[in-house]
Amino acid sequence: MERIALTPAAADLIRRLREENGPLMFHQSGGCCDGSAPMCYLAGEFRTGASDVHLGDLVVDGEPVPMWMSGKQFEYWRHTHLTVDVVPGRGSGFSLEAPLGVRFLIRSRLLTDEESLALNK
Amino acid sequence: MAEYAAPGQPGSVVSYLDRYDHFIGGEYVAPAKGDYFENPTPVTGRAFTEIARGTADDVERALDAAHGAARAWGRTSPAERANVLNRIADRMEQNLEALAVAECWENGKAVRETLNADIPLAIDHFRYFAGVIRAQEGGISQIDQDLVAYHFQEPLGVVGQIIPWNFPILMATWKLAPALAAGNCVVLKPAEQTPASIHVLLSFIADLLPPGVLNVVNGFGVEAGKPLASSSRIAKIAFTGETTTGRLIMQYASENIIPVTLELGGKSPNVFFSDVASSRDSFYDKALEGFTMFALNQGEVCTCPSRALIQSSIYDSFLADATERTKLIKQGNPLDTDTMMGAQASNDQLEKILSYFDIGRQEGAKVVTGGERADLGGDLSGGYYVQPTIFEGDNKMRIFQEEIFGPVVSVTRFDDYDDAVKTANDTLYGLGAAVWSRDGGTAYRAGRDIQAGRVWVNNYHAYPAHAAFGGYKDSGIGRENHKMMLDHYQQTKNLLVSYSQNAQGFF
Repeated sequence: MERIALTPAAADLIRRLREENGPLMFHQSGGCCDGSAPMCYLAGEFRTGASDVHLGDLVVDGEPVPMWMSGKQFEYWRHTHLTVDVVPGRGSGFSLEAPLGVRFLIRSRLLTDEESLALNK
Repeated sequence: MAEYAAPGQPGSVVSYLDRYDHFIGGEYVAPAKGDYFENPTPVTGRAFTEIARGTADDVERALDAAHGAARAWGRTSPAERANVLNRIADRMEQNLEALAVAECWENGKAVRETLNADIPLAIDHFRYFAGVIRAQEGGISQIDQDLVAYHFQEPLGVVGQIIPWNFPILMATWKLAPALAAGNCVVLKPAEQTPASIHVLLSFIADLLPPGVLNVVNGFGVEAGKPLASSSRIAKIAFTGETTTGRLIMQYASENIIPVTLELGGKSPNVFFSDVASSRDSFYDKALEGFTMFALNQGEVCTCPSRALIQSSIYDSFLADATERTKLIKQGNPLDTDTMMGAQASNDQLEKILSYFDIGRQEGAKVVTGGERADLGGDLSGGYYVQPTIFEGDNKMRIFQEEIFGPVVSVTRFDDYDDAVKTANDTLYGLGAAVWSRDGGTAYRAGRDIQAGRVWVNNYHAYPAHAAFGGYKDSGIGRENHKMMLDHYQQTKNLLVSYSQNAQGFF
């Protein structure tokens, strides 16, 4: 049971970015402008620490892409399931996909009772 | 009513060029890699110019120009720099309409806001920092009879600035005016959503600045922003944006041991105490307008009053009146001076707002009004429009906790003072807030108890240059506006001078 997922379009984009750049990671942003957007970086580019929560791995062709969020933000998000999607657009921030004219986007739904029991115990 | 012609159309007060290069060393320079990207207007969704796609090579070239100019600029007198800033302000004032229409077309915001807020505030900002730099004084401290500490302010040198897209010219000005006043040279990267209007500004003011003092490198965050923020050749980096990029910029800054200022957004509570409704007078009307301020700039303001907290005893009637007020918001062509709310700045911004409508409904929030994309018909159908939206719900919901950056307010109730302050502070952020009350004591106490850098009392969305602006908690580090902003762009030099003729006595 997973807290995060990705759409086929997001998986395709991850394949492309991985081919061009190398192993990847996500960190979910908060705040203004491009806040609430998942930021995609080269693995290790963004230093996660004790204040971050590992939400899980997005697995594309057997290779994991770890996804993180700050622990404080997670407290307000933990009841929701997150799906990484992609839309046309032009995000700012340093996310790798922006020059391609597309932007990763989070789609959310409430965790089911069963998921909540398993994931938030 | 008046409708401005779109830039470049017959009768328009402004035209964009077909292409913009980087502005480096006082001249326009093609990008090293030769690439450009299209810039669409949110008004129709169609591209209107193309912009240099900057990379590390362009950033280096801009840093070369800035370092070449830094010594001479840093040694100009405060009066000389103040004169330059005043002349910039004068030129902007002479071209106010052109700047306002250019900004409207690029960002999608209503032209009545750029005419009456964005550009006039930017003009005043340059004049304010022209004033304070001349009035700034160092210090002389007499340590003892023969030992004197002199404190001088010195410029940092070359600084990097990364600008957001919600107020492209005003936010650039907030960073530029104090940096230039303090004697720094700047490499500035505009947001990739709004990279062009700064060049309209440059077309009016470039000749006023010595070459290299201000350099503008356009491009994407990962390709141009990162080489700037991580450069060992900047003495400071200033950023407005969101938390993850803010942290990344701090990481880069830590590698070079340089200071950062960060403005990272908020989820600002707008708190209405019951006495607001004790009379249906002009103050009540003002409070209803204060509620409706969530729609200013399409909600794309870091201090958007995106949470309204209304005291239970007036909740139903106040929300009903505020909803009626919200329904009066006129959406339409941003170039029409009657239009109150224009387009969201980009397609991904629009999509994000729609995704919050979705999770808000799933969490059980009630849509009072709005809640959908708006199709304004004709040419505007391709633009990025959203209905002004009021949700009712609970402060624990995601729509109460995340900055949607759209014309969306999430409303909840509180029972008493303690409940109000508790809910207001139940957020990761602390940038803006407002308190509405006819009781000065209540307003004062709430204003002090709410953990936010700016608490408006009985007003909202005023941004005078002489009032400090910045965040508590995750909303960032440092302040903008106010003369204290000079501290963020200056070093302190202490000259400790002994006038004694005698040895100190240690050896």
